[in-house]
Amino acid sequence: MISLTINGQPHSIDVEPDTPLLWAIRENVGLTGTKYGCGVAQCGSCTVHIDGAAIRSCAMPVSAAAGKNITTIEGLAENGVLHRVQKAWLDHEVPQCGYCQSGMIMAVAALLKEKPKPTDADINDTITNICRCGTFHQVRAAIHAAATA
Amino acid sequence: MTARGIDRRTFLVSVGAAGGALALGFDVRPGAQAARAAGDAPEITAWIVIHPDDTVIIRVARSEMGQGTLTALPMLVAEELECDWSKVRAEFPRPDENLRRNRVWGDFSTGGSRSIRNSQEPLRRAGATAREMLIAAAAMQWGVAASECRAANSIITHVPSGRTITFGQVAEAAAKMPLPKRVTLKDAKDWRLIGKPTRRLDVTDKVMGKPIYGIDVRVPGMLHAALAQCPVFKGTLKSVDDSQITGMSGVHKVVRLKDAVAVVADNWWQAKKALDALVIDWNTGDSGQVSSDSVRQFLLGGLTADKAGVGRAHGNLSEGFASAVTRVNADYFVPFLAHATLEPQNCTAHVTGDRAEIWAPTQNGEAALATAAHVLGIPPQNVIMHKTMLGGGFGRRGVTQDFVPPAVLIAKEVGRPVKVVWSREEDTGHDYYRPVAMARMSAGLDATGMPSAWHVRMTGNSIWSTLMPMTVRGGVDRQFQEGFLADMPYDIPNYLADYAIRNTHVPVGFWRCVNHTQNCFFKESFVDEMAHAAGIDPLEYRRRMIGKHHNAAKFLGVLNTAAERAGWTTPLPPQIHRGIALNEAYNTFVAAVAEVSVDTHGAVRMHRIVVALDPGTVVNPLTAEMQTESAVVFGLTAALYGEITIKDGRVEQSNFNDYRMLRMAEMPRVETVLMPSGGFFGGCGEPPVAVVAPALCNAIFAATGKRIRSLPLKNHDLRKA
Repeated sequence: MISLTINGQPHSIDVEPDTPLLWAIRENVGLTGTKYGCGVAQCGSCTVHIDGAAIRSCAMPVSAAAGKNITTIEGLAENGVLHRVQKAWLDHEVPQCGYCQSGMIMAVAALLKEKPKPTDADINDTITNICRCGTFHQVRAAIHAAATA
Repeated sequence: MTARGIDRRTFLVSVGAAGGALALGFDVRPGAQAARAAGDAPEITAWIVIHPDDTVIIRVARSEMGQGTLTALPMLVAEELECDWSKVRAEFPRPDENLRRNRVWGDFSTGGSRSIRNSQEPLRRAGATAREMLIAAAAMQWGVAASECRAANSIITHVPSGRTITFGQVAEAAAKMPLPKRVTLKDAKDWRLIGKPTRRLDVTDKVMGKPIYGIDVRVPGMLHAALAQCPVFKGTLKSVDDSQITGMSGVHKVVRLKDAVAVVADNWWQAKKALDALVIDWNTGDSGQVSSDSVRQFLLGGLTADKAGVGRAHGNLSEGFASAVTRVNADYFVPFLAHATLEPQNCTAHVTGDRAEIWAPTQNGEAALATAAHVLGIPPQNVIMHKTMLGGGFGRRGVTQDFVPPAVLIAKEVGRPVKVVWSREEDTGHDYYRPVAMARMSAGLDATGMPSAWHVRMTGNSIWSTLMPMTVRGGVDRQFQEGFLADMPYDIPNYLADYAIRNTHVPVGFWRCVNHTQNCFFKESFVDEMAHAAGIDPLEYRRRMIGKHHNAAKFLGVLNTAAERAGWTTPLPPQIHRGIALNEAYNTFVAAVAEVSVDTHGAVRMHRIVVALDPGTVVNPLTAEMQTESAVVFGLTAALYGEITIKDGRVEQSNFNDYRMLRMAEMPRVETVLMPSGGFFGGCGEPPVAVVAPALCNAIFAATGKRIRSLPLKNHDLRKA
């Protein structure tokens, strides 16, 4: 059994320790907002926060996340109030198919924590998530809006 | 009542899930269903559910994969219904319900940029019909003439007295009203919602991670499966040694299919680990010898073959060449491409006896249902099909429902619900790829530099002869030649477009914008070659060649607009160069001007692209604009990096590390100019994809003098010589 704290809730789950955190979150805990896209930390659809930092959960064994604070897209809004990144996403109508957007939003929320006013270069360097629908314009505009919110 | 058409239909009254809600929909009485002729073209009619609190639920038959149908289609209904848009919610009906109701929602197929084009008229009619029923009910209640009443914003007003009643208050009575004999649709000039930028209805859920995609489906008692299909297309399973996985935790079963193996386990990771530990032997046959090189040799034969299906011919080619003073010749090539939907293929199935229930992210829910029934050998009526949100579609999940058969067969063997999720590697290696294609271009230019003759010989993998061979007659597959047929905008006095089909063992299918994705690259790059050979500005050259085409005004409209917005004649900053391209696809006219630089290391960058688009009518400018940006990303990704290669009969690429995607840092500025000229409906999801590669490559020629005749660009050395 591995103990995880996800969105402030403790979970005790029965998985092998080498299971990627992504699958534990999706299948054992049942939070499906975090997506599988590649399994090799390329696309970023599986991005969650571990102790506030963005990580690609498909490439992290669940054992490495034990005892840490994990936040998923479902836990980003607090007390029913959308996180400013989600709010900016809504204002800019960012998602198309939406599949990559949980990971995109989590990556951006972590970026803004580290760099409250990111430049375009910061965004290019940090937000390397793949969006097959090509929402990059809206993503960039929403990041800048969230940074000034 | 006539035997067909709207007036034999009856409004159906049913109580919705939320107590007291009324479903206003077009339906056929149960008794009439059997009488309906099988070939009768279905009238597509959405259900309109109106709750007592005025909430309007509009049902959408087409799939939502990011293109915004879940919003644009309800807008069409609401335009005529005259309901309060803020009270509208959209919902998907189930494909099996459609079947049971004699296809009351018509066709579920979501592809070919057809969602609006094919649905707009029936949907507006559905809205108008429901509005008339609501008005009639209110008039009856008041004892006044319906002609004295108006509906607006979900409120019906009796104009002479000023009395009002809401849709919700009158919905129950409206559902019992007879169908109006005929309804009149608004003139486009009176539209209030269509054409207005409208926020999408599914965004709030999407920023919270709430929508359920196929991969997110959870069914009680469900197991998970990982799948390995024969890596060589058309190969079969020879043997499986599963001794290595004995005792692995969570593993329930190894399922052997004709051409695949699956491991079923408590969770997907266990299934995947066990699958990777199996020793699998495949029968690959001759296909195991095929390589990209052998495919290329095979296609080269097509370029010179005596036999080729003629798509369009006029004038006299040899006379045209005889009168030419300059010849321009070039061969072009494009590779196979994978769709790479970010949500990999998946399907969940539960098979019990002669019944099945399936869940899938599909562009065609009815095709998924039919596939399940066919594979299981059970009547379609015995299948329940749940269509989920799609994590991208791009044509991958439409005509080809190959994610369904393994799921239902595995579920049948296991006897419990099973979710089958393809790994990214499995998804990349088992697609219906954009066809490999070549074109041999030969043109003769007269003394003025304009073409006197043009022969377009194409060769490559025909999609239709792969998917539906019966549709290809006499070696002619017109779709493979799209862009070179009646839709080719240029006046060429002596012209021949022919195509020698060369089908490989690699399955091919519809990839966003389909054959236009290569043909527009061939056509518009070669037109650029002709212009340069003639010493005429490429924009001016195109203008001169667009003459008598019946859509000349629309072609010129987008071409000139793109050029003007891009400032074609104005000087550019140093290092930046322009390229232009023009096309028609899915009844939409598109031109693009790209601004591109090539640095001293040969690295290409698209800085800006202006895309002018005339789709006749734009329903939601917000989504039309986003679809244009999306199409640019799709086309640019393929032009820069897209390449599926074959070795030993199998795909060499596996994941995003070797099948690269465009990212944020490479995104050009996209300026979309929507210029609907009215009077027709064209598609918006796909058309701009086609112009991206030629506009880019024509700009690269302007920058470097190097003519790009094959894609992707990653294979070219663009450093200055």
